[in-house]
Amino acid sequence: MSQAFRIGDGGLVNREKKLSFKFNGKSYFGYEGDTLASALLANGVHLVGRSFKYHRPRGFFGAGVDEPYAIVQLYRNGETEPNIKATEQELFEGLEAKSVNCWPSVNFDIGAINNFLKIFLPAGFYYKTFMWPKSFWYRIYEPFIRKAAGLGVASIKHDNERYEHKYEYCDLLIAGSGPSGLSSAYAAAKNGARVILAEDKPRFGGSLLTSDVNIGNQSGKDWAEGIIAELKTMPNVVVKNRSQIFGYYDHNMLVMSEKVSDHLPKTKKYHPNKRLWYIRAKEVLISSGSIERPIVFGNNDTPGVMLSSAAKEYLKVYGVLVGKKPLVFTNNDSGYETAIEFKKHGVDPIVLDSRKNPKSEIIDEAKNLAINIKNSYVVVAAQGYKKVKRADIASISDDKKQLGKIESINCDCICVSGFWTPTIHLASQSGNKTKFKEEIDAFVPGVSKQNETTLGSANGVFSLDETLKTSFAAGSELSKKITKHDNNIAIPNVVEKKSSQHDKFWCVPLPKGKNYKRFLDFQNDVAVSDVEIALREGYRSIEHVKRYTTLGMATDQGKTSNLNGLQLVSEIENKVVPAVGHTTFRPPYTPVSIGAIVGREVGKHSKPTRKSPMHSWHEKNNAVFVDAGVWLRPRYYKRGNETLFEASKREAKNVRTNVGVCDVTTLGKIDVKGPDAAELLNRVYTNAWLKLPVGKARYGVMLREDGIVMDDGTTTRISENHYHMTTTTAQAANVLSHLEYYLQLVWPDLNVNVVSTTEQWAGAAIAGPKSRDLLQKLFPNLDVSNEGLPFMGYMEGDLFGVKARIFRISFSGELAYEVNVESDNGNFMWEKIMEVGEDFEIQPYGTEALSTLRIEMGHVAGSELDGRTIPYDNALEGLVSKKKDFIGKRSLQRSSFISEDRQRIVGVVPLDKKTSIPEGSHLVKDAKAPLPNPKLGHISASCWSVEYDNPFSLAILKNGKNMIGEKLFAMSPLKNKVIPVEIVSSHYVDPKGERVRS
Amino acid sequence: MLYINCPHCGMRSQNEFSYGGDASVKRPELNKEVSDQEWDDFVYNRKSLRGKHLELWQHISGCRQWIKVERDTSTHEIFRTFKADEKVA
Ligand SMILES: [Zn+2]
Repeated sequence: MSQAFRIGDGGLVNREKKLSFKFNGKSYFGYEGDTLASALLANGVHLVGRSFKYHRPRGFFGAGVDEPYAIVQLYRNGETEPNIKATEQELFEGLEAKSVNCWPSVNFDIGAINNFLKIFLPAGFYYKTFMWPKSFWYRIYEPFIRKAAGLGVASIKHDNERYEHKYEYCDLLIAGSGPSGLSSAYAAAKNGARVILAEDKPRFGGSLLTSDVNIGNQSGKDWAEGIIAELKTMPNVVVKNRSQIFGYYDHNMLVMSEKVSDHLPKTKKYHPNKRLWYIRAKEVLISSGSIERPIVFGNNDTPGVMLSSAAKEYLKVYGVLVGKKPLVFTNNDSGYETAIEFKKHGVDPIVLDSRKNPKSEIIDEAKNLAINIKNSYVVVAAQGYKKVKRADIASISDDKKQLGKIESINCDCICVSGFWTPTIHLASQSGNKTKFKEEIDAFVPGVSKQNETTLGSANGVFSLDETLKTSFAAGSELSKKITKHDNNIAIPNVVEKKSSQHDKFWCVPLPKGKNYKRFLDFQNDVAVSDVEIALREGYRSIEHVKRYTTLGMATDQGKTSNLNGLQLVSEIENKVVPAVGHTTFRPPYTPVSIGAIVGREVGKHSKPTRKSPMHSWHEKNNAVFVDAGVWLRPRYYKRGNETLFEASKREAKNVRTNVGVCDVTTLGKIDVKGPDAAELLNRVYTNAWLKLPVGKARYGVMLREDGIVMDDGTTTRISENHYHMTTTTAQAANVLSHLEYYLQLVWPDLNVNVVSTTEQWAGAAIAGPKSRDLLQKLFPNLDVSNEGLPFMGYMEGDLFGVKARIFRISFSGELAYEVNVESDNGNFMWEKIMEVGEDFEIQPYGTEALSTLRIEMGHVAGSELDGRTIPYDNALEGLVSKKKDFIGKRSLQRSSFISEDRQRIVGVVPLDKKTSIPEGSHLVKDAKAPLPNPKLGHISASCWSVEYDNPFSLAILKNGKNMIGEKLFAMSPLKNKVIPVEIVSSHYVDPKGERVRS
Repeated sequence: MLYINCPHCGMRSQNEFSYGGDASVKRPELNKEVSDQEWDDFVYNRKSLRGKHLELWQHISGCRQWIKVERDTSTHEIFRTFKADEKVA
């Protein structure tokens, strides 16, 4: 394939390296350094897609971030990504892309029928058209909108690319590497400041790459290259290309997305696809430049109509002619620069200038080159459907209201320049109060809220000389304040051509009898007529007009449409533009991949995985693990083909008949130390703690100030001023914060320190009738008899040379002990327990058996302490002291907490003694009552009782105290189950608690 | 993301901290009779001010100290920070 629109030489692409790529299934060639857009244009391809609403043919309008509609679906290395701007996507070998918004193909698109049914799709069409009849919504309207709307298709496959996050701090962050960015970065770097310079494009230099200027006796481009080369050698400077600063947040934190791999056929090994930088900067210099704005005329969305700056960039950077019969339509001198470039490459442009008699050095140069210039002339409408073929042009009166006779001229592209719009998105995001600058018909940054300064054309300064002077000064001044160092850099000489005043003209009037679509927002298909409708229908606030018409929304954020939209509103409303005001610029400035935002926190990396010191033993012994908060805990130990149900039953049964061992390392542990430790516990727990002797443990419940149970656990007095507190696995961190809150803020007079020791101790619970015999064998020198180590007793011992703590506490309701050793000895302890326990038929048990054991004993856990229950609800009111005050006590007097029919924990057994009750089922009086069936309570936990060999559940039930013996129904619409049940005591097994004391 | 000056550690990003609510709330003394209204004001009732506000943060991934932060709730400007036991003048 020949690249028919590539000029013989010139441009910055590497002509030595040819790259093949496919677009809509067809093969083409381009060069290294091309974008997908420049490579397609080199091959004469202008039709890239269909528009959002009317499915009109769409081509290229810009050459970079300004592009509103050349959006493609990209295929790379087996993955696909939607919403890629062809003007930003760098070409790589084997690139494949497809058009979006078209079906069945870009050349024949059924949706284009919308174009002829425009009447159905005016402003607010979603709100109006799809409102009635209501029944049509799901069946017809929604599927239609889903098919018609949206840009591209997201992949449903797992994304195999890796994304990184990085935190960085600097003195000066500089957004944009054009003349102002380079100057300020250089001055600041020379003063020793830590500088980050970010450029969104692959090439540094911004406008210097395309402008015809001289800096310090070099071309602008060469000067830029020299500065970048020098900056790269400086250790205090980070220079990043392909890096877009897209958001400006609080306290001078900005976020930048670095495209590390998008320009390569395949991400390199160990490289991320993108890197998201969170940068905290002392000072931010915004040198984001400006975007040329269109002039509005008929059919201005036809492929071949584009910004004159884009046409110039395609020529100067990529060596591509966007047309061979160009028409330049301008209201300022920029159009002439494009025309001059065309002329220099042997193509004859025609320039239409809306101004009557402009004079400047640039225009003189164009005249000297014998370029055909028509003054007081405008393009009325582009002609041609999929590509510009002709233009209807006419002379225009001085007041810009009357058109002359319409003439038709042949052309293959229309390069339009309506002057420049400073890119103020970042400044606006930072909270800067922008102001309207009359001379340039645009908003510029005004009063800064954060430490931010906008420079160059982003600040409405279009003279290169002035830009360099102010930017060198800003970089130097701001860095000097930080580094106290001044290198006094000389500002280089600038040679540039002076330009003349632009014409305050932005929209060509419709000729009589013509009804051309004149587009304002190309991405969202918003035409002049849509805004007129919105205003006619009473929308006044620009924010409302935006939402009703979709003007300036979506990924484009009004880059090319904003000001023309404001001009239109101000004209119709007869207000000045600043009185209309502009809509809020929201981050991100350009679309950011969700993957980049998520970073490494996917799958197993979304939270840390914590493993006990005995984890490898569990693994070796066929443990099936379950997530318990951030911990991995054995759920059961699988033998042969056992199911979860069979295994957990076996393990629980073995605890009830022999002895079992369970890894309880995950329990939260907090050391509470100090002379006032007992006083703190006494205030934190609901029961009394002042008289607990050394060597004893006590069970305690702590509340929040609102009376709700926060956590429970045992705390043991290790020595005079040292307590060992345990918390549930889930609440460990919250309990520590809670204690710190009271110690630091509420009762700083208490002399107590708290520290987490969860990871310092490994824990094993040994439970079952044979556990004492086992313990005796583990600690032959200790008296572990019921007298020597009674229930809730504590002692220290020597486990085959390892220091151990022994607590006689029980969660399973059996005779049980917990042995703690330092974490490093955890595996040793476990292996010893298993080894010695063999004689007692010991089996390890997992969390499933542990649940069974505690449920049938009526011991509460997280599913009952769910942030909605008070001590009474959990049958724990016996632990609530009447004598002393404690956290949350006053709340327990609330009327609902003391009402007669207050909810309370009960046991639930299915009448058939067979059907397990799903957790979360609701308890109701009448299974057939009309919905909403009054709910009396819910099932909080279910198990298969190994003691009675039938299902058993716990429930929190209204008036639970008086419901024992009642027959109710457990309903689970989710599982489609209705189970007749009987309410029994929550203490299903060993209601007197004799076993733990035996 | 806010940039908070921990009086113990220095300038740290917001993601090291956890928010703890209105710092002006004072817990009633233990063992003191309090009316329903007083107790509700302590547990539940908050002003949700717009403007300068003294609030609690805990440097949870740092020194674990609770600190007081004087912050404008609408502009997010932070004026001063204090240690837990420091008097706010
Ligand atoms: Zn700190």
